[in-house]
Parts: sequence; C-alpha cells; structure tokens
Amino acid sequence: MIENVGNDQVLLSKIATSNHHGENSEYFEGWKAYDRDPYHPTNNPNGVIQMGLAENQLCFDLINEWMMQNPQASICTHEGVHRFMDIAIFQDYHGLPEFRRAIAKFMGKVRDERVIFDPNRIVMSGGATGANETIIFCLANPGDVFLIPSPYYPAFYRDLGWRTGVNLVPIPCKSSNNFQITKEALESAYEDALKKDLKVKGLIITNPSNPLGTVLDKGTLRDLVTFINDKRIHLVCDEIYAATVFDPPRFTSVVEVIQDMPGIDRDLIHIIYSLSKDMGLPGFRVGIIYSYNDKVVIAARRMSSFSLVSSQTQHMLAALLSDDAFVNKFLGKSKERLSKRYHHFTGQLANVGIRCLRSNAGLYVWMNLQHLLKEATVEGELKLWKLIINQVKTNMSPGSSFHCSEPGWFRVCFANMDDDTLEKVVKSTPSPINKKRGQMELQLSFTGSDSLSISQLGSLILSPHSPSSESPLVKGRT
Amino acid sequence: MKMLSRLAESNSHGQDSSYFLGWEEYEKNPYHESHNPDGMIQMGLAENQLCFDLLESWLAQNPEPASFRHNGHSVFRDLALFQDYRGLPQFKKAMVSYMSKLRGNRVTFDPAKLVLTAGATSANETLIFCLADPGEAVLLPTPYYPGFDRDLKWRTGAEIVPIKCTSSNGFRITKSALEEAYNSAKKQGLTVKGVLVTNPSNPLGTTLSKDEINLLRTFISSKNIHLISDEIYAGTVFDHPAGFTSVMEPLMSSDKKWANNKDILNRVHIVFSLSKDLGLPGFRVGGIYSNDPMVVSAATKMSSFGLVSAQTQHLLASLLSDHRFMESYITQNQKRLRQRSSMLVSGLKRAGISCLQSNSGLFCWVNMSHLLRTRTLESEMELWKDMVHKVKLNISPGSSCHCSEPGWFRVCFANLSEATLDLAMQRIKDYVDARLNKRSHSSSQCDVLRNSRRVRSLTKWVFRLSFDDKQPEER
Repeated sequence: MIENVGNDQVLLSKIATSNHHGENSEYFEGWKAYDRDPYHPTNNPNGVIQMGLAENQLCFDLINEWMMQNPQASICTHEGVHRFMDIAIFQDYHGLPEFRRAIAKFMGKVRDERVIFDPNRIVMSGGATGANETIIFCLANPGDVFLIPSPYYPAFYRDLGWRTGVNLVPIPCKSSNNFQITKEALESAYEDALKKDLKVKGLIITNPSNPLGTVLDKGTLRDLVTFINDKRIHLVCDEIYAATVFDPPRFTSVVEVIQDMPGIDRDLIHIIYSLSKDMGLPGFRVGIIYSYNDKVVIAARRMSSFSLVSSQTQHMLAALLSDDAFVNKFLGKSKERLSKRYHHFTGQLANVGIRCLRSNAGLYVWMNLQHLLKEATVEGELKLWKLIINQVKTNMSPGSSFHCSEPGWFRVCFANMDDDTLEKVVKSTPSPINKKRGQMELQLSFTGSDSLSISQLGSLILSPHSPSSESPLVKGRT
Repeated sequence: MKMLSRLAESNSHGQDSSYFLGWEEYEKNPYHESHNPDGMIQMGLAENQLCFDLLESWLAQNPEPASFRHNGHSVFRDLALFQDYRGLPQFKKAMVSYMSKLRGNRVTFDPAKLVLTAGATSANETLIFCLADPGEAVLLPTPYYPGFDRDLKWRTGAEIVPIKCTSSNGFRITKSALEEAYNSAKKQGLTVKGVLVTNPSNPLGTTLSKDEINLLRTFISSKNIHLISDEIYAGTVFDHPAGFTSVMEPLMSSDKKWANNKDILNRVHIVFSLSKDLGLPGFRVGGIYSNDPMVVSAATKMSSFGLVSAQTQHLLASLLSDHRFMESYITQNQKRLRQRSSMLVSGLKRAGISCLQSNSGLFCWVNMSHLLRTRTLESEMELWKDMVHKVKLNISPGSSCHCSEPGWFRVCFANLSEATLDLAMQRIKDYVDARLNKRSHSSSQCDVLRNSRRVRSLTKWVFRLSFDDKQPEER
C-alpha cells in the first residue's frame, strides 16, 4: 500500500514545512527587494539602497593591514603552512586553546577590563545564530517560553524557536519612556504567561539593544538579575553589539553587575557573543556561548559539534585578537568612526524633521516616522514601508517586523555602506524655506491618494532640494 | 522544575559510549615516539593524514587564496561579510565538480541542489530535522558509526531502528533484514520516515553493491520513505574505484524506469564532506545534496545555524577548481590508502587475526571473536579493556557500533605513521601470542613469560625505531 504518493507535506517533518523559519517577515522581504535590484553607484544608481542590514563595514582597512603584516596568521602562506596539518585535523569541540584565550581576552577588553572571562567557559558556535539556538536547546524544552523585551531582532523567532519548539513572550516597551524595560511590564508579562499555564524558563535581552541602539544602565540590569533570580529562571544576555558603543553612557555587561551581587545564583546567567558586529566579520561564523553554569557549558560544548568554527578561522582570529596593540587600536578607531557616522546621519535626518530615538550604540538608528503614517496601525506602517522600498528605493526595516507595539518606527542601518553611498542617501542641510516647503508637502501628501511621488517622498523623508544632487531619491524628480 | 532542558540533563548525546571513552583514555596517555613510547596508540580515529604533503605543496604554489586574494585583488572584505546561506557560488561549483569526479563522472550534480553545512555532523542532523518529527524513526544497517546516535537522535528526537547485518554474508543488507527492521519499528509504534546508509560504509570499509542499491530503491519506493546515503568516504575508495556506486547513480542512468521517477528521485538525499577525502575535518565542510526543492529550501534555512566559514569556502574553491591537481590527488590518495590498508591487513594476519575484505574507508573491520572467552558482549568489553589498558591501543569495539555479533573491532590505519602502525601490529601480535601461551602454561609461568615478552618486544621496538631513523620521514 502506498500512502500519500507525491505528497511532500506528509513526507517531510513539521519543522521543515512550517513557517517558523520566519523568512516571510517583512524584515527579510526588504532584503529580497534589495537582492532583486541592488544599488550600485555606476551600474545601478536607481537600485534599492540597503539600509536593512546591520553590518559593520567601517574598519576593514585596519584588519586588512594587519593581515598583510601578519602572514603567519594564515595556515596557507609560506610563513604559516608549517601549522597546516595540525590545524586542518583539529576538530576538538573545545576549540583551539589559543582561540579561546584570545576570545576571552578580547571580550574582557571590550568591557574595558572590568571583568575577566575564563577561557574554559568559552563555547563556540556557528555565529550568534547558532549560539542563540544552542543555549535555548540547553535551557528549555519544546513548549516552554522565554520572555523577551520588544522590539526585538526579527530572526529570534527562528533562532530561538524554530527547531527548539520554544516560544517567545514579548515584554512590550513603549516610546513614552524611550522603550526602556519597566518592572511593571516585566512582572505583567511573567504573570500573564503563568496564567496561560506557560512554563517560563528564562528571559533573553539584547544589550546593547537591536533595534534600539541603546544600552541598559546598571540599575536596570540589577533589577533584571534580581527578577530572574527570584523567579528561578535563566537570564540570557545577547551582547553581540558590545563594542559598538560609541558614545556615553559606557557599556555595562551583565557580568560586571553580578560581580557585586553575591546572592545571585550564577548558574542562571549566560552570555551570547559574536565577532560579526563588533569586528564586522559575519562571514567567519564566530559565535560564542559563555555560561557560569558548568552543566550548560558541557552540554553546549557537545552541541557545538553541529556548528564548530572552522579551525582555519580559529587560528587566524587567535593571532589577530591576541595582538593587544592591534585590538586597542581597532576598538578605538571603530568607536570613533561609528560615532562620526551616527552623528552625521542623525544630524542630516534632524534637518529634515526626522527624529530618531537617542542612541549610543549599534549599527543603526531607531527612526520615528509615526507622523508620516496615514493610519497608526501595522497596515499603515507596512504601506509606508512599501512606498519607501518601491519609490524611495531604500530598504529600511519596519518596526512591526521587530514586534514593536507601536507602529511607525523603522530601523535604519548606517554602517554597512561607504561614505559616498551614505552621502547619496543623506544630503546637505536644506534651507529653512525648503524645509518649510518640505513640511507643507508632508501635510499635502496625506490628503491625497496612497501613492506619493518620489519628489514628495524625497522631500518628506530625507533631503529635498539640491539641484546638484545625484541622489537616486531626487533623481526621479523631473 | 528541572533547571535545564531534558537534552542537557540526559545522556542521549551518546558520549558515554565506549567509542568516545576510548578517545578519552588516549587523551590521558597519548603515544609519542620519543616523549611517550609506551603511550596509547590512537587507532579509533578515522582521519586521513596521508596526503598533507600534497596539499601543502599546492598551497606553496598557490599563494592567492591563502592571502585572501583573487586575480590580484583583495577579497578579504567580501569574504568577511559573506554570510549568504546559499554559499559562495564558485565554491559550490567546484564542490559539485569534485563530487562528480569521485563518481567517475557518471553523475552530474547541480550546485543549486547543494546545501553547505558545518561538517557532515551538521548535515546529518539537519536532514533528520527536515524529514522526521520527534518520535519518528530512521532505519540504519548495523554496524554503524557511533556518532549517529548523537547526530540523528539527540536534538531531533528521532529514533534509530537497526537493520541487523551479520558476518554470514559479509554484513550485506538483505531484504529480510530490511523488512524485519521495518516491522520491528511498527511493533514499537514508530513511524518509519527513511533508511540511512553509509556508502562506503563506516565501520565496514565496503561499498554497497548494485544489488543492495536496487534493494534499497525498491524498499523505499514500496514504503514511500526516504533514502539518505552518507557518502563522506566516497574519496577513500582505493580498490576497484568503479566498485563504488553512489545511490544517485542508478537513478540517473539509462534505467528509464527510475530515471523518470521524480517521486523516488526526490526522496534520495546524499550527505557529503571533505573531512575524510581531503583530511580536513577541522575546516567543517559538509553538506546535503537533494533533488527535493522543499528539502533544499528547508535545509538551506537551517544551515544558518552552522554555515561554512567564508574564508574556508574561498580557499577550497580554489583548491577544488584546480582539476589537474585534484585528479592527481585523488589517484595518490587512493594509492596510499590501499598500501596502508594492506599493511594493516597483513600485520593482523601475522597475529592470526582476519579482517572483512574491504575496498574503502580509513579503517578495517577486524574479527577478533576467536579471542573472546565467550561470544558475548561482556567478553568483547573485556577484550576491549585489554586492548586499551594492556596493549595500549585505542580501537573501537563493535558494540559501540551496535554490531549484533560480539568480537568485531574497527581499527583505523590512516591517522598514524607507518612506524607507529608497525608498532601497533607488533603489540597486538605480542598480546595474542601471550594469550595463546597462557592457555598452555600455568599462570605464574605466564607472568614471567609476559614480562619477558614485554621486554623483548621493547627491545624489538627499540631496534625498529633505530632502524627507522635511517629511513625517510613518513607522515
């Protein structure tokens, strides 16, 4: 008897056929729009500019320079090939000792040496993506839930829940207090989950925040640690943007905070780290789990077999990150360049009446376009988003894809392009008259139909009226 | 409430198996020809260390990929940023060409159907995540690679039901064994989603015959289930290369009945890796090849959890695209593996121990059942402990591979030098001789004999070492 011949739905697993990979989210739709029509200054100047990708492309020159000066870091060069065989066969899931030491040291430096990390607690994984999934596999069973402040990184839906079967319960944060996590919101989300008979296994936070670009202050961190300790649930701190803090207040890691909290059960504290954002190396797939819980370290390490970091890459990065002089220079320059970008970009936006949440970290701004919504709903936000992609030719990520409870916010990345491209996006400050005209058009545009002309949108969103402009935004204007 | 997940608290990671315990013993006391000559020799690790000289010489002649350059330009930035889960196009193109070469160009592969993963470990787990729900089952011929207990079951929640193969027919898969396994699963209330075979086989070192492949095709067709073929040892076939038939082959041959049957085509999936052929397990290069677009799509998304480093993809794209080098490498590799396999087989023969006739892999499937006190698992464990503690060899007991007959062991030959292999053979011979003598002497006399044999073997070893010093260094 042959059942269900040709019926793939039955032959594949529920996981494979579900939508829990989350790739139908607008977050990824925007990327696809970019992929179909990517901007290029000469080949495709009318293409979509990618501002939905949180990448750090500002400091490759420094790393390149180091590579040239340190050929021994590669096992394939004349200077490094004597290590080729040893590295090529090394698949021990503990990782190269020199790699773990270098990572531990780097993580300490990023936190201004206020904390020391133990290399024996460093567990590798395939990027933060792999690390986040692995930690959930270790801490929760299918059907359990994790609390998470919203807005949050869209791919968490996949990373934390797809194959693990774990669900996320949002703790909504509001613009009225700059999206800070409040005790009330935390308690309320927790109690609601319990009322629904959900087993809360932990709380996951991203600090510095994606998409907000803000850092948690010591007081809030202490409150969160106290909360999870009282409830006997885990705290997972995704600190992958730790070195992108470019302005005060300084970054406070959860590990610093627990140093002064002796009554806390450290078995509940876990950190996720990566080199993808701080160093701009997402292609090398370096994710780290750091846990104070010995059992978790052992289990996570066993699971890391499924996503080890290439030994070739471990070897190279061990050399790079052990070079103190380089690391100090890199961290300093990176902060400087991010700060410059941020202030330039937000300054230009402010000139045309666009406000962003005040932030001091990350590779993006949290932009407030609520005043441009026809209706203050998710649908209204998505309509605006589509306009921005199709007519303004810029991919920005709508707040709803980050599960933001208030429509109208967008995450806009600024560190994944060169200076010229950023200039094309953001023009010089318009005159007051132009600015006023821009505002008038603002009002006009929403009394009419849904579609906006590029000129109207262009003046609406970014820079309006420079005759010598090469901006693709303005170019459409005739 | 238990603080950690069931996965973290349980033993279903399978690392308490004797397979891994043997490794741990080795780590405590590893052999080194000068620093620790009495240490344990590692013969439980299926690694290919025979051809690094070829790779290193290629690197010396090809400096560009090593230094993140391509056609004179730096590609560092592009690689550092490259995290597209579809993989570097030039790497995938080079991979499919290599995969085809290993199959005598009798099959062509489409790069779009290739999904890259961090090693075959990840590929196998990912495929199971795609094909089976928790509690569903996969049939596996025994003996099988011990790591499958972790890779296929641990986080996926799937079950393995064995297809029992026996020495009576060289451990070949039979129709009755398949049916028996299927029915056994049904009796346990398990839904069978597929069969997973390793071809060439680990631990047997044999390739599936055309009959076995036909049998499997017929079976999966009638049961409407999947066939996964883990072909990570495809590049280690050292005798009669044409004897290796990939499961994809008959489906693409002039056998029209199968070639046009899309339904079957879509249910056959291959797992591959560069860890065994090229000896690069540290680089974590593996993947899945499937004709089913839904499997490719789901697996590609899952590969986000374990992508191959772009740095590594770039290097290997260059290496594998050098067709002349690769053809020469494949030939040399086969030659060296054949030679090593013969060395091991004849060395064991001198000790009165036979092996399953093999044509591939990095190991032999060795029959030590005549050395068991009784044909039981307990006796096999006793023998294994002797191997580990007295003979100081880490070899893998058949029970760790779920073999249904006690007394078989997997012994690796490609991860150590010739001199070390020689020494290992000598140690085994001494142990066997001592056992034989023990049977005909009293125990006290035996002790004296054993001690004097140990001294004599030590002398022999010292002599051998000094003799070997005069020979060229062997990797």
